[in-house]
Amino acid sequence: MRNTLAETGAFFPRDRSWHPKAFTPDYKTSVLRSPQKALLSLPNTVSEITGPVFGHDVLGELDDDLIFNYAKPGESAIGQRIIVHGRVLDERGRGVPNILLEFWQANAGGRYRHKKETYLAALDPNFGGCGRTITDDDGYYAFRTIKPGPYPWPNGVNDWRPAHIHFSVFGHGFAQRLITQMYFEGDPLIPICPIVNTIGDPEAISRLTAPLDMNNTIPMDSRAYKFDIVLRGRRSTMFENRKEGN
Amino acid sequence: MAQTLNMLKESASQTAGPYVHIGCTPNFTGIEGVYDEDLGRAMVSDETLGERITVTGRVIDGGGTPLKDAMVEIWQADHAGLYNSPAETRGLADPNFPGWGRQPTHMTTGVFTFETIKPGRVPFNDGRMQAPHITFWIVARGINLGLNTRMYFGDEEAANAEDPVLGRIEHKVRVPTLIAAREGNTYTFDINLQGPDETVFFDI
Repeated sequence: MRNTLAETGAFFPRDRSWHPKAFTPDYKTSVLRSPQKALLSLPNTVSEITGPVFGHDVLGELDDDLIFNYAKPGESAIGQRIIVHGRVLDERGRGVPNILLEFWQANAGGRYRHKKETYLAALDPNFGGCGRTITDDDGYYAFRTIKPGPYPWPNGVNDWRPAHIHFSVFGHGFAQRLITQMYFEGDPLIPICPIVNTIGDPEAISRLTAPLDMNNTIPMDSRAYKFDIVLRGRRSTMFENRKEGN
Repeated sequence: MAQTLNMLKESASQTAGPYVHIGCTPNFTGIEGVYDEDLGRAMVSDETLGERITVTGRVIDGGGTPLKDAMVEIWQADHAGLYNSPAETRGLADPNFPGWGRQPTHMTTGVFTFETIKPGRVPFNDGRMQAPHITFWIVARGINLGLNTRMYFGDEEAANAEDPVLGRIEHKVRVPTLIAAREGNTYTFDINLQGPDETVFFDI
């Protein structure tokens, strides 16, 4: 960890026209789960600008390798081997170092390992579907997995999710907390997915779509996809209008 | 033309989906052997300072049904009102209290439960003290962007009455949606996503 002072400035306000709205009736589950009253705007206090820190002691040796972290000894998960890598940045373009990233996904056939999952595609006995890592001093991360399959879901009668990996991201302040999904370049299911289309701006969807990255592909082993994640930026504390005591 | 500000846009949120537990609480959903323990499950140990409390509740949809696939995270100060975070500049928090917890809602009842301690007070930006509170972050299938709210303590009437955040709520009838009633050492905090008792959610 770099020996620099932690930043304590307030976060830039969230652009809620860029994020999906809460009420998106084409994604039916949102109808009863979307708050209807106006959100109360709150200036960031110490409760929002602080956040938990996770050290490397929480990580196991195979946490960033979904091909092996659930597999029996000598076996491995079935599917297209890929490396997902990129940087976690903030809106100012600065790398966000030493933060926890968690990811989860379906197996190569589009089946999740979950008690409530009912899709008829087969489970892979060697694939659990979860992983995690911590960004380095420049905000970089990487992990290895198999490419998840698309799968049908009960929304419309014939809705299919594009292949995707879920990401849970911590920042340095709890107000940066974010969950999102990574899609794969060229997937024809992206533009017709009701969950993708909860996002109104096509540019925001593009930023969730990872390109094939041949320069980081490992020949005869794994292809690579690059996925950068941007968290809220924060104000410099210089010139900030604050009274003593905070 | 002016120069460009060169700012990036925050990655757009997407729902945590029905299987958020696979990534965040895998042991809870039966994926065992990958992580020793689900992160955020235990907040207190024998060494933690402060009054032990239980915080429990449900996340209830607009049809009155508790969500059985949600995940709730909380973030709070220690017993003395200090956050266990590098961005805490007022002092060093209790090293035996992380301040952060994560729980799934129960798969059949929808109830979440945190074993934690009662937090101390922390200042607002103008130096006034806020009432003790716990910050909540709620994600689930059907929630497109994580919801932020706060829980206040029903037995802190005087502090709640002068809290600068509660004071910003224009419709006072909504203030009780943020206040958890105490019974013994248990505070009950139901979060209503819609309806006449819709919880006050924050844009933080």
